[in-house]
Amino acid sequence: MPAVAVERHEHAVDEHRPTPRRHRLRPVEAFAFVAVCLLLLRPWLAPLFASRAAATWLTIFVSIAVQALPFVALGALLSATITVLVPPSFFAKALPRRPALAVPVAGACGALLPGCECASVPVASALVRKGITPAAAFAFLLSAPAINPVVLVATSVAFPGHPAMVAARFAASLVASVGVGWLWLRFGRADIRTPRRAHLDELPRWEAFVASMRHDLTQAGGFLAIGAFGAATLNVVVPESVLHAAASVPLLSILALGLLAVVLSICSEADAFVAASLTGFSLTARLAFLVVGPMVDLKLFAMQAGTFGRRFATRFAPLTFAVAVCAATATGGLIWGLR
Amino acid sequence: MTGPRAELQGVILTLAGGTLLRIALDGDYTRYVKASAKPYLLAAGVVLAAVGLITLVQALRRRPYERDPAQRDHEEHRHGRFDVAWLLAAPAAALLLFAPQAIGSYQAMHAGSALPPAPISPYPPLAPPDAAGDPTSISVVDYASRAVFDHGKSLGARMLAMTGFLTKAPSGWYLTRMVVTCCAADAAAIKVGIDGAVPAGAADDTWVRLVGAYEPRTEADKVNGAVIPYVAASDIAVVSEPANPYES
Repeated sequence: MPAVAVERHEHAVDEHRPTPRRHRLRPVEAFAFVAVCLLLLRPWLAPLFASRAAATWLTIFVSIAVQALPFVALGALLSATITVLVPPSFFAKALPRRPALAVPVAGACGALLPGCECASVPVASALVRKGITPAAAFAFLLSAPAINPVVLVATSVAFPGHPAMVAARFAASLVASVGVGWLWLRFGRADIRTPRRAHLDELPRWEAFVASMRHDLTQAGGFLAIGAFGAATLNVVVPESVLHAAASVPLLSILALGLLAVVLSICSEADAFVAASLTGFSLTARLAFLVVGPMVDLKLFAMQAGTFGRRFATRFAPLTFAVAVCAATATGGLIWGLR
Repeated sequence: MTGPRAELQGVILTLAGGTLLRIALDGDYTRYVKASAKPYLLAAGVVLAAVGLITLVQALRRRPYERDPAQRDHEEHRHGRFDVAWLLAAPAAALLLFAPQAIGSYQAMHAGSALPPAPISPYPPLAPPDAAGDPTSISVVDYASRAVFDHGKSLGARMLAMTGFLTKAPSGWYLTRMVVTCCAADAAAIKVGIDGAVPAGAADDTWVRLVGAYEPRTEADKVNGAVIPYVAASDIAVVSEPANPYES
């Protein structure tokens, strides 16, 4: 997109002296130009989505975005509230001072945010900016979409014959998120990118609130679109029959459903119903699907990379995946065995 | 805080929020998400559009564009970086320009058939025939569950009416309906084999109303080996796509 780079050398010029200004394309103007082109070219673009595979891809792409935007909006509202209205001292009092204790407390607090993973990324980012130990904020980020009441009720409805699934999901998700938090505390590097947003402090409160909302909505929404793009692509390209070849091998089936959860990027409020329909797989493998999904998936990875930096996400996501699969395997193995 | 970057974000948020409101109000949203998501879409649409419109009002009131030093510093370090907000316009543009259709036979043939889990309690009896007598309307997923798990006991010899779309089967046709829990990405296919003749000119994704009765025959799904029940069709009529293309 040409628009963003255009104004750069403007600042090199001494601004006190009137300089002959060339016209520069502002982002809004570039956007209007792109919109006009799309409208004019629509009859020639439509055939691109005429094939059944492309039409299915477009529907899934749009659906993931539409489905997740209400949760992004909820996350942005909470994040703006934390950023602008809640004083930092509140969190200093609410959480234990020792980071090693703050991690499990923050992880357990995840049960209080009734949403899915799209809501928790902006909230976790706001918590880090407010000075919470990053490891504790990450424990919250991972546990919130998995152990809140809405998700647990959905899980119990999806598995009417297996009441232990709800307890197993709660336990394995909490263990995994606290585990990742502690590992990050011990081995994690501090190179997390969290824009400080000092400029918000100079604004009147409600303007700061709107600015924070605007930032979170567009950034989380933009990265959500990237994730939806990847998830829709894999959803259409990877045939489901590949998966069922793995169903009969105990440990491989756990790994296969863990990877499926990453690829499908299903909202944590719906994933239990998908897991319930994977009847060819063991309960332990389906538990892995439920534990991994809310913690690592393509759209979440894109959103984390956008919020905390790509270097962070490329380390954090594999670590989380490994810990989540181990926690699910151990929990499921204890309850049902590996088959 | 209404630099050029914020202005663009305001336009895109207005676009995305307005699109959410439009699909929620005109009913197209049922192609993409579950029907009960409407209030959430309306709320999110209002929030996005409100933030966008407030941004635009702020931008108008600050004309000519002021550059105070703090703000310039803030914006300066971001110049040259692509603003990911552009991508939020992509789903909105796809919805407004191409109005994607509901998931259909393509996905139904690529995904295995997926019935909800067998219930613990027995199936309740079907609604009694009304004054006009049978057929009694039943959802495709309800028929398939009763046929597979209950072996048709609760269906008996009743005449039933189901609405779904056609999917080309290895032999013959399936009456198909997608079940959506949250959004179309989690759509699962319910397939019922049709024992009977489909209307001439029928094709994949043709919506039909089928009248028929339970038949014990089953077959295995080619994709995941799940059981696909059959129905003995006595009448199949082409209909238009229902307001909610998915069952839940």
